[in-house]
Amino acid sequence: MEALKQELKENIIEQLNLEDMTVADIADDDMLFGDGLALDSIDALELIVMLDKNYGIKLTDPKEGRTIFESINTMAAYIQEHRSK
Amino acid sequence: MKKVYINSVASITPQKTFDNSEFLDEVIIHDNQVVSAVEPVYKDYIPPAAARRMAKGIKMGVVASKIALQEAGLENVDAIITGTGMGCLRDSEKFLSGIIDNNEQFLTPTSFIQSTHNTVGGQIALELQCKGYNFTYVHGSNSFESTLLDAKLQLELNEAENILIGGVDELADHTTKLHELIHHIKKEDITTNTLLGSKTKGSIFGEGANFFVLSNKEQESSYAEVVSVKMYNTLPLNDVVQTTLSFLKENNLTTKDLDAVVLGNNGDVEFDRFYNELTSDIFSNTQQVCYKHLIGEFNTASPFGVWIASKILKTQTLPDILKLNNKGTSSFKHILLYNQYRGENHSFTLLKTC
Repeated sequence: MEALKQELKENIIEQLNLEDMTVADIADDDMLFGDGLALDSIDALELIVMLDKNYGIKLTDPKEGRTIFESINTMAAYIQEHRSK
Repeated sequence: MKKVYINSVASITPQKTFDNSEFLDEVIIHDNQVVSAVEPVYKDYIPPAAARRMAKGIKMGVVASKIALQEAGLENVDAIITGTGMGCLRDSEKFLSGIIDNNEQFLTPTSFIQSTHNTVGGQIALELQCKGYNFTYVHGSNSFESTLLDAKLQLELNEAENILIGGVDELADHTTKLHELIHHIKKEDITTNTLLGSKTKGSIFGEGANFFVLSNKEQESSYAEVVSVKMYNTLPLNDVVQTTLSFLKENNLTTKDLDAVVLGNNGDVEFDRFYNELTSDIFSNTQQVCYKHLIGEFNTASPFGVWIASKILKTQTLPDILKLNNKGTSSFKHILLYNQYRGENHSFTLLKTC
C-alpha cells in the first residue's frame, strides 16, 4: 500500500505538471481538491484517465470521483480494491 | 484618421532580448541549425499554478505581453491580437503522439485544450482579465503583419485606444525533424556569423515571442509611428523591385528618403534572391539591416524585425551585428521592413520616428 501511495504521488506530480512539488510535499491525507493541492476539474479528467491507463479502472459515474479523489489515502484504497492491472 | 504609434516593445528570442534597457549589447553566437529562445525567469511573471499547464510558446507569449504592458504603463488594453504560424506545436505534438502511442485510448484533456492556435491570446486575456476583442491570425509568415494591419485599422478609426499585438511560435521536436528531412533546415553546421553568406539551401530555425502595445496616443516612451503595412501572398521575383517602389510612392517616399531597410534574409540561397533583388538594385546605397542570423527563421520572426526597427528609431543607434552593409548612417527617420518566407507571404512595413 505504501508503494502504491508513493507511485500515485509521483504520477500525480508528473501528469499534472506540479513543477514546484515533490513527493514529500504531499501528505497521504491532504485534500487533493479545494484547500489542499487545489486541483481543478481538468485535473480530475487527467486523474480519471490515469486510473484507466495505469490500473484498468473505468469510472463511469463522475460523481464517484468526488470520494475517490479526496486524498492519496482514498485513491490508493480504491485502486487496491478495483485494479485489474 | 488617427496616427498609430508603437508605445512599447517586448521580445523573447534566441538572443537575450527580454531586457528592454539593452539593445543587443551582448550577442549570443549560435553554432547549430536549431536555436532555442533565451528564457526569462517565468516565475517572476506567471504564478506557478497558472504556468503549470503552459508550454514554452504560451509562457513566452504571456511574459512578452506582460513586459509590453508594463513598459507602456498600462494594466489593460482594449484588444489583444496575436499572430502565430504554427500555434502551440508542443501540445499538438504531445496530443497527437498520445493518440498513436496509446492506440487512440487514454487521451488526456490538457494537451488538447492547450494545443489550439488561439491559446496564447486566450491565456493573455485570462491573465489580464481582458474581455475585449481577441483575435488570432494564422497566416504563415504574414501572421504578425495581419495583426499589425488589424490593429492599425482599429486605432486609425478610433475603435480602440490601446491594442496589444504580438507574434509567437515555438520549436517542437517532431516538426523540427520534418523540416530537417525536407531541408528547410540546413544540413550543414553553420554559425550566426556565417549564415547570411551561406550558399546552400535552407536556414536555421528558431522560436520566440515579440509583443507590442500600439496606440493612437503618442507618449514619451513611444518608439515609432506605424505608417503603412501591406501584404502579398504571392509576388513574383521580377515584381519585387517595382512593388517596393510603388509601396514607397503610395507613402510619398522614394528610396532616398529611407534611412535603413530591414530585411528578412535567412541564408537560404534559393529564396534570399528576393532580398538580393533589392539590395543589389534600389537599396544599394541604403543601410541594409538583417536579423534572422541572430534568432533563426520561424513564421513570426518578422516582428523581431519590427522590434529592431523600433529600437533603431528610438535610440538612433544601429548595432554592428545587424548591418549587412555599412553606409555610415547615423540618423534614422524612415525605416522600411520587407519580409517573405520561401517566396510566399511577402510584407512591407513602413515605420517612422515619432
